[in-house]
Amino acid sequence: MTRVAAGGRIDRNTELAFTFDGKAYRGYAGDTLASALLANGVHQVATSICYGRPRGIMAAGVEDANALVQIETPFPEPMLTATTVELYDGLVARGLQGQGRLADLPDQARYDAMHEHCDVLVVGAGPSGLMSALTAARAGARVVLLDDQPELGGSLLASRNQLAEWVSAVTSELNSLATVRVLRRTTAFGYYDDGFVLALEKRTDHLGAAAPPAAARQRIWRIRARQVILATGAHERPVVFADNDRPGIMLAGAGRAYLNRYGVLGGNRVVVFTTNDSAYTAALDLADAGAAVTVVDARTEIPQHPAAECARRGVALKAGHVVTGTSGNGRVTGAHIAPYADGKAGARQGIGCDLLLVSGGWNPTVHLFSQARGKLRYDESLGAFVPGSSVKAVRVAGSAAGVFTLSGCLSGAADAAVAALQELGLSSAPPALPSLDAEPETTPGLVLWAVPDKGDESGPCRRFVDFQRDSTVADILRATGAGLTSVEHVKRYTTIGTAHDQGKTSGMIASGIMAEALSTDKHQVEVASLGTTTFRPPYASVAFAALAGRDRGEIFDPVRVTEIHPWHLEHGAVFENVGQWKRPRYYPQRSAAGSIEDIDTAVLRECRTTRESVGMMDGSTLGKINVQGSDAGEFLDRLYTNLMSTLKPGFIRYGAMCGMDGMIIDDGTVARVSDTEFVLTTTTGNAAMILDWMEEFAQTEWPELRVNLTSVTEQWVTIALVGPRSRDVLASVAAELDLSNEAFGFMTWRDASVAGIEARICRISFSGELAYELNVNAWDGLALWEALIEAGKPYGITPYGTETMHVLRAEKGYPIIGQDTDGTVTPQDLGMGWVVSKKKLDFIGKRSFSRAENQRPDRKQLVGLLPVDRTVLLDEGAQVLATADLSQLPVPMLGHVTSSYRSAALDGTFALALVRAGRERIGQRLHAWQDGELVSVTVTDPVLYDKEGARRDG
Amino acid sequence: MQLIRCPWCGSREEVEFHYGGQAHVSYPENPAELSDAEWARYVFFRANPRGPLAERWVHAAGCRRWFNAVRDTSTHELLAVYRIGEPQPEVAR
Ligand SMILES: [Zn+2]
Repeated sequence: MTRVAAGGRIDRNTELAFTFDGKAYRGYAGDTLASALLANGVHQVATSICYGRPRGIMAAGVEDANALVQIETPFPEPMLTATTVELYDGLVARGLQGQGRLADLPDQARYDAMHEHCDVLVVGAGPSGLMSALTAARAGARVVLLDDQPELGGSLLASRNQLAEWVSAVTSELNSLATVRVLRRTTAFGYYDDGFVLALEKRTDHLGAAAPPAAARQRIWRIRARQVILATGAHERPVVFADNDRPGIMLAGAGRAYLNRYGVLGGNRVVVFTTNDSAYTAALDLADAGAAVTVVDARTEIPQHPAAECARRGVALKAGHVVTGTSGNGRVTGAHIAPYADGKAGARQGIGCDLLLVSGGWNPTVHLFSQARGKLRYDESLGAFVPGSSVKAVRVAGSAAGVFTLSGCLSGAADAAVAALQELGLSSAPPALPSLDAEPETTPGLVLWAVPDKGDESGPCRRFVDFQRDSTVADILRATGAGLTSVEHVKRYTTIGTAHDQGKTSGMIASGIMAEALSTDKHQVEVASLGTTTFRPPYASVAFAALAGRDRGEIFDPVRVTEIHPWHLEHGAVFENVGQWKRPRYYPQRSAAGSIEDIDTAVLRECRTTRESVGMMDGSTLGKINVQGSDAGEFLDRLYTNLMSTLKPGFIRYGAMCGMDGMIIDDGTVARVSDTEFVLTTTTGNAAMILDWMEEFAQTEWPELRVNLTSVTEQWVTIALVGPRSRDVLASVAAELDLSNEAFGFMTWRDASVAGIEARICRISFSGELAYELNVNAWDGLALWEALIEAGKPYGITPYGTETMHVLRAEKGYPIIGQDTDGTVTPQDLGMGWVVSKKKLDFIGKRSFSRAENQRPDRKQLVGLLPVDRTVLLDEGAQVLATADLSQLPVPMLGHVTSSYRSAALDGTFALALVRAGRERIGQRLHAWQDGELVSVTVTDPVLYDKEGARRDG
Repeated sequence: MQLIRCPWCGSREEVEFHYGGQAHVSYPENPAELSDAEWARYVFFRANPRGPLAERWVHAAGCRRWFNAVRDTSTHELLAVYRIGEPQPEVAR
């Protein structure tokens, strides 16, 4: 056991049992999985992905690039860092050997999202964040303070109780204020625009199986802040040397955190390799805990204060030395040290050790600042990028801003808060700073990216830059040697910075090594000019489950159903999705023997029954727009290709709409209700788009027109009653209505009572048959449907779905906009020149019709295709070819099949197609290419059934 | 996520809005009199500057009103919003 006898922030009264790699261990509440493993002497955690090298714990937080584990219980989660998993009783984990394993069972946990608004958001609750939050809170601002740890204090938690009383007093004060929300275990992972920050709160992860099932496991906070203060701290940077990846080699600050926060002494014989002052605190703390410590400092001049403190404790100090490599089989057993001068390492000697702490300086955590479009500046003395520009309503405080003294962090953080409050118009008096021990003057560190190596880079000794990606200095040199000069390119070539940690410990070093590699005697390449790779969100890994929140399963996307849906369900309809709508596709019948009709049989039956007797369809999803106003007629004249203002109340007209380019965008019927009111229909999938299209013109181009538009799609239920016996069916339930052709002609509408329900009946047909479209209040829809089904029984009425509707309309050559057209098709191409008004001076699209391109005789035109073998069903989308000779490449293509069905009425298959100069080709033999074969087809007029329109009036 | 100030509703999140292309490209007085080239210019050509551009936006998931905005295309910052019919305001870059 390496747990020290006392101290640390763990709760030694609460023991927790856990299993790692199949072995049982115990730890304490307050441990992370990493600290508990170290306390049990487990240094080797994982195996590296490419080279299978043993890997350990290198950090004490989110920046760890090494200690990846797979959680098995209570729910399998791959690729978590042992340093960020709070220990809980019953935790079962194993070290990752390469890749993780995704759960193969559904995640039963809840995830949700919260929207939060505040005056000041403070990210990070270290000394700086606490000071900023306190300042803002005391001024009365609404404050959100968040931090990824279970308790506030940040870097102070890794100290020997430095400012502990102040931290606890500030914590209590912030917790007591109603205007302050403190979010622990919460990581801000992305800064978006205008003070919008996304954060992930891990609410019950740390409870393991004891997590209450009703509580959301994780929560996304969507925070909109008027002012943001980033107190995100800094990540320690290693120095690269040969075999720097052995278990037992970790960042100096991590070694100190494990000792002071978790009461774990990572080793008894410790070498601390540093280039700066900060690692001395770790060396001294570990020495005080009883470790034998040697400090190896790359600098020749050691500052007086740390040197004296080392001497006082008997800590050996090797100035002007570096670690050039390590020994060990698994965990580190020795460090190779050598004198270092003029960028060269001399003869090496070995020092035995079981823990090697490394510090190459600190990188301010500028991720969120950079995401806020803040510019970064390279600080030569830090060897790191620091915030280098101002960003509206965003401030950076503490070590994230490159300030590395405690007093500087505290006063700077208070200043940042005061400035933010000032912009909010809140006056403030910064709280008194806590009293601090005098801080020794810091001396500049040495910027050292990698210790030079004489070894063979391709051999077993490797200098690792990105541990998780097993990428080395040699990989960077290979990239620059291949001519890559951009950090973004080198990142992608070497994969450095692309792992779960996104290069928190490796990115800066990679830039530094690149700069050195690209520099020549004549030309010095500066790190500043190379810059960094882009800091993209998320800052830390976020599970998709958390992002999805409650929007999964049925409520991932709204499902729209009509009022008649329960009937469709009850009668075994097979549904298809049309936009968000569920529409019956067909209604398979069950035979007495229990077998169920297949789609082809069902559709042929529905078609035959409808054409020979009567069928009905739920058409409620059809888009319906109510247009009102004294200029409604004029408005529609400008939008439709044909004239609508001359339509008389009681009458209906088919209409088409085109885009400015003359291409058809939608079609439907327009019914005039009164002088100032029309109701028009749109294609189901186009309803919202067409309303927007109309609204845009009404508001922006023709604001002078008095017209109002309203969607009434969901207010009306629409039922199509179709077939030669539809008049008989309707007559039996609408006794008062004269249904004769003379009294109620084609393309007119009447209001009447149908089965006791007030209905608007339109005589329109999308099948060529005598048909009535009944529109009723949505709440009456189901009753009317059932009444019609009942009334139709003597005639063998069948309900039919979208598939039969498609067959019936295609037999008549009626195109579906969006299926038989694709945004490059004019009404003329569809053979619908008749719908384009010659009388109107102008309408949307008119001028485009006369463009040369739209006048070409060889445009693609809608035609019918009959396969020579009428049992072959063409594929929709199949290419249409002029010749069966495929030897001349490329084979000229004439167009494609847009609709294709089996037809009962035509006794075989048929199709619609867009074919170049199609109308001239009627009668010709062409070929369709599908499934690697040619299918011979004959071109026909698109209208294949009842060309004379004899069936329309029954 | 940006905040966009609807001139009718005030600041709302950008997901409530739809983009409508360049503003102040008015429908020609008499399209029939235009040459094919002139008409094609109106239908197909739009400005694409780096910097301020007057654009149409609609508060689609709100009041459904169209309005105009001047947006800096390099920063996405909305420099001004104004109602349909109002003149394009001068903006400082
Ligand atoms: Zn609005």
